[in-house]
Amino acid sequence: MKLYEYEAKSILASFGVPMLRGRLAATPEEARNAAAELGSPVVIKAQVTVAGRGKAGGIRLAATPEEAYRVAANMLGGEVKGLKVAKVLVEEAAEVRREMYLSITNERASKSYIILASPIGGVDIEEIAREQPDKVLRTRVDPLAGLRDFQVRRVVRWLGFEGDRGRQVEAVLRGMYRAFLEYDADLVETNPLAELADGRIVPLDARMIIDDNALYRHPDLQKAYEEDPRDVTQFEAAAKKVGFSYVELDGDIGVIGNGAGLTMATMDLVYAYGGRPANFLDIGGGANREVVYEAVKLLLNNQRVKAIFINIFGGITRTDEVARGVEQALREVGRPKPIVVRLKGTNEEEGRRILAGLGIEMYDFAEDAAQRVVRLAGQ
Amino acid sequence: MTVLVGGDTRAIVQGITGREGTFHTGRMLEYGTRIVAGVTPGRGGAEVHGIPVYDSVEEALSSHPDANASVVFVPARFAPDAVYEAVDAGIRLVVVITEHIPVHETIRFVRYARYRGATVIGPNCPGIIAPGPRVKLGIMPGHVYAPGPVGVVSRSGTLSYEIAYHMTSRGIGQSVVIGIGGDPVPGLDLLEAVELLEGDADTRAIVIIGEIGGDAEERVAAAIAEGRVKKPVVAYIAGRTAPPGKRMGHAGAIISMGTGDAASKVKAFERVGVPVASTPSEVVKLLEVVL
Repeated sequence: MKLYEYEAKSILASFGVPMLRGRLAATPEEARNAAAELGSPVVIKAQVTVAGRGKAGGIRLAATPEEAYRVAANMLGGEVKGLKVAKVLVEEAAEVRREMYLSITNERASKSYIILASPIGGVDIEEIAREQPDKVLRTRVDPLAGLRDFQVRRVVRWLGFEGDRGRQVEAVLRGMYRAFLEYDADLVETNPLAELADGRIVPLDARMIIDDNALYRHPDLQKAYEEDPRDVTQFEAAAKKVGFSYVELDGDIGVIGNGAGLTMATMDLVYAYGGRPANFLDIGGGANREVVYEAVKLLLNNQRVKAIFINIFGGITRTDEVARGVEQALREVGRPKPIVVRLKGTNEEEGRRILAGLGIEMYDFAEDAAQRVVRLAGQ
Repeated sequence: MTVLVGGDTRAIVQGITGREGTFHTGRMLEYGTRIVAGVTPGRGGAEVHGIPVYDSVEEALSSHPDANASVVFVPARFAPDAVYEAVDAGIRLVVVITEHIPVHETIRFVRYARYRGATVIGPNCPGIIAPGPRVKLGIMPGHVYAPGPVGVVSRSGTLSYEIAYHMTSRGIGQSVVIGIGGDPVPGLDLLEAVELLEGDADTRAIVIIGEIGGDAEERVAAAIAEGRVKKPVVAYIAGRTAPPGKRMGHAGAIISMGTGDAASKVKAFERVGVPVASTPSEVVKLLEVVL
């Protein structure tokens, strides 16, 4: 789950990270009032969970409350990089002396947390790592040892601070680290982290990504996610609730598989034979008939889907359960479009018997089934 | 011992009284796996498929001191505790089938296991199977495998069944098949698994089944370039047509921050002379060439 800037900043602030004063606004009037309260000038920032807002017109300066009203009126209800803007963050404008980069994330290869720090910031870390790799300090934190003082000193020195400002950077880093742990984050990032002309060290922007599998431990965020799934389409979020992962694509062949790898391979096969998948739909491991029923029904009712390819290789998934789910969906919706099935694995004989009873085309090899479904979709 | 498992493997099943635990314990026993005990807190004294159930791993081990591996079917919220319990009791190989465990939990128990000299396979994985000694610790359909000289390492469960099925139907058997799981941070990772196969006398060639996300395949390619892997390797990468920025089912399968796309993995392998199959069944054709 990607957090909005205002959510990330509020969490970081609760862990002692100093922040610029700011107010959230959902209407132009609120933006004007916020600007009046904070004192002009202010910065108006569109709340969307995508990087690169600035270049896309999602961050604007406003010199007066009236200008804040106009800028917010322009942003609210509009789009930034394809995402709807429902809220803006109004923040005091600050004079910046220097911009830096600081983040904490999980590193796959080392199986540890990693702190990335750079004395230059304000651009993507990928760009910094590419253009000036010697500027990026990597500090790996053993999760069982935790963040140690020597590591904090190392990061602070790298960013070029000591004394009072060094202690401020330390507070930022420790706050970010605590938020990272407490919120089961995949990423906590402040970019830019700024040294202001008045000597304060504050994040101008903050990003947090929370591990979806840990959302149950954060009921407030789970609720926020259910009400507003951000960059995930409402439909993809609904599909997830039923128990499968679904990604919309732009083709016309409905693809259902079990297991992410097999479903991706099924998509790849459809492409290889000249077809275009309408979706990625992974019913997951151990899916029961109810999940399969919902999945098949979804694609049967989707007008864009001309033919459906179900590719199942059962391990923890019982293929007879899959067949019963297909049966249930067909009984309810009828069969408005062709379905091609490849079924292998656990309880395969029973699964095939059920599908044969429904007169569904079955293949032993996914390649043959893929070729067939591409042909059927083309008719 | 082939790799990690062998004739002397004696397993316990944690979460044996749950729906999946019970079902797959039956399938593992049918395959020939020696399962000596099950563990479910609060269900001590019960039996599942004739296997005695204990309240704790410690109690299971005191009655079955030969147990040296565990298969975990415990739900995500309690699975980390089950792993610590197994490792703490001295189990050397813990196979975690459970999906949806938070990454921070995984990072910690994987580290803990490592410091205690234990290996974790998974989470979110199908497990490990050795068709020769008929040991299956996991949920893969046993009938698609046959003994043979090829070691398989996979980030995807179902895709490894698919490819093993193609291999077996063309008469190419497997020494061991390891499903490392689809999470961003696996216990045993792709490179570690490949290195185990490199050192295994029963393995003549290696199949790597990768997918989008992360840089595990690139790291294997680098190890090959350094001469650390000398056996013939054949690869398949799922997700060539996956869009960036979208999580494709597996938590680990996402092209993000400009890394993890299939093209870079294919290129990394091809650069070090590893042929990459364009469809799952093509893996077998490539294997026939290298064997």
